[in-house]
Amino acid sequence: MKFLPLVWAALMRRKARTILTLLSIIVAFLLFGMLDAVRVAFTVRDSLEGASRLVTSSRLSIIQPLPYADLAQIQRVPGVRQVAFANWFGGIYQDRRNFFANFAVSPNYLDLFPEFVLPKEQRAAFDHTRTGAIVGANLARRYNFKVGDRIPLQATIFPHKNGDNTWTFDLVGIFHAREARDRGQEDQMMFHYDYFDEGRTFGHGTVGWYAVQISDPDRAGQVARDIDRLFANSADETRTQTEKQFSLDFARQIGDIGLIVSSIMGAVFFTILLLTGNTMSQAVRERIPELAVLKTIGYSNRRVLWLVLAESLLLAIAGGCIGLLLAMAGAGMLSAAFRGGAFEVGLQSWRNGIGIMLVLGFAVGLPPAWRAMRLRIVDALNAH
Amino acid sequence: MDNLVTLRGVTKRYRRGRQEIEVLHAIDMDVASGDFVALMGPSGSGKTTLLNLIGGLDGTSAGSIEVAGTRLDRMDSGQLARWRAANIGFVFQFYNLLPMLSAQKNVELPLLLTRLPARVRRRNARIALALVGLEERAQHRPGELSGGQEQRVAIARAIVSDPKILVCDEPTGDLDRHTADEVMSLLQQLNREHGKTIVMVTHDPKAAEFAHRQLHLDKGTLAENRT
Repeated sequence: MKFLPLVWAALMRRKARTILTLLSIIVAFLLFGMLDAVRVAFTVRDSLEGASRLVTSSRLSIIQPLPYADLAQIQRVPGVRQVAFANWFGGIYQDRRNFFANFAVSPNYLDLFPEFVLPKEQRAAFDHTRTGAIVGANLARRYNFKVGDRIPLQATIFPHKNGDNTWTFDLVGIFHAREARDRGQEDQMMFHYDYFDEGRTFGHGTVGWYAVQISDPDRAGQVARDIDRLFANSADETRTQTEKQFSLDFARQIGDIGLIVSSIMGAVFFTILLLTGNTMSQAVRERIPELAVLKTIGYSNRRVLWLVLAESLLLAIAGGCIGLLLAMAGAGMLSAAFRGGAFEVGLQSWRNGIGIMLVLGFAVGLPPAWRAMRLRIVDALNAH
Repeated sequence: MDNLVTLRGVTKRYRRGRQEIEVLHAIDMDVASGDFVALMGPSGSGKTTLLNLIGGLDGTSAGSIEVAGTRLDRMDSGQLARWRAANIGFVFQFYNLLPMLSAQKNVELPLLLTRLPARVRRRNARIALALVGLEERAQHRPGELSGGQEQRVAIARAIVSDPKILVCDEPTGDLDRHTADEVMSLLQQLNREHGKTIVMVTHDPKAAEFAHRQLHLDKGTLAENRT
């Protein structure tokens, strides 16, 4: 500890350079923390126990549809209170960049989701309008949608049987999330399954997934097993899981999240390694006469090696910890934005992060520290 | 008086490319405890090389060096580092203070290698700064001090761990006459009042006059010995 002021002073010798290096490490670890939180969220399976709603989808793949006929069987499973269903539509509004979730739902879908608040008259209008659609308040704000608008969506999966790729919906309601934490759910659009099923050119009589409301959350695991057992060894085996797990599996369709995250982080840390390594080498090169003075007054080669290493370790650990703390805050915001996504920078991320900080600190500090250790006092003093 | 420094047949060779150059040729030299010796001679005569050998900064090619009862030519780099910390104080031409540390922190540097508590380290550094007349400037950084003040801080750093010998390489080489005389008076005071043995390399005949003895090196040989 008594050498800390010496290490700190060496880092503060070029304040701007140290601050910029620190910032780059902070950003790298902020990115690492956020991406690792995403990776962990996508790899850890959610427990069924305590869930009041479950989602039943195909065991093979989330994009594989299930027969509509399964509905009656699921409804008969003991412990099931109510079953609704939905089908992903994947329509585009005006431009591919205008992505938002849109899907066809059964008439009772909203009954299972009391967290969505739709005014009574709008709910009635939705129930009685075959081409009716409802959107979340965020979405309405973003595109300035108003009740009474006609919203055209370009089909990306399901062309209309009339030969047109455009499906038109009548906006009859705008729903709000009851709780602030569900605001992320206000970015979606729902419309009637019947209208969708009649109009599509293929896949009639199938649904994307079933939403299952159960009577006793403590029995969620048993109910899920009972549902899946119903369809075991059939052509359409099912997987019943929590909504959170279902959302994560849905998002995983974009690819191997772990691999994507690891690839991005690999590139980021490789860049940081080169950047910080170059900075540290330069910093030590500038201080060769000073290091020679330390050796002259009795600092051993090994002590000089550790002093230089301590600089890079201090930089990596300080930057890394600040970055991870910022990532914790960022992950909290991410969780609030995505319902069902429990993104957090947990113990595992901290453990990995500290490991990376140490590797980074040693890898970056060792070459200049080695050079400082091998420095011949006489040569270094002559270089003054 | 007992000899504090004894050199016998000390030879130093450097390799420059394929060529080997002998800088010092079989030097014999004695410095008594409490002595103040000025090493003089033209550039390239081997003065600084000889000083580096006495200070344990470099190794001999042949011969033996005994300083304060220790054979330096038999020590490895780790042992030499510890020995330097305990026995030698260095003063350089360009002061060689660490620019980002205050005068006080610069003086404390050798004490960080000891087991002294922080409070004692601070107190000793204050005493050393007071000895060189810079107690008031303890919190100033080298950039805020004049050349003479920087050299006095360097002298405080050299004496703070109470070494037996001060090894000074052109301590006045970067100073004007008046400041150089002040620094030399300070070294003389340390020699007379505190019993420090001083071996000093200098080009400056005026500075050399402060020493008890002047040794002259020429082409790697101790050519003359004036008192």
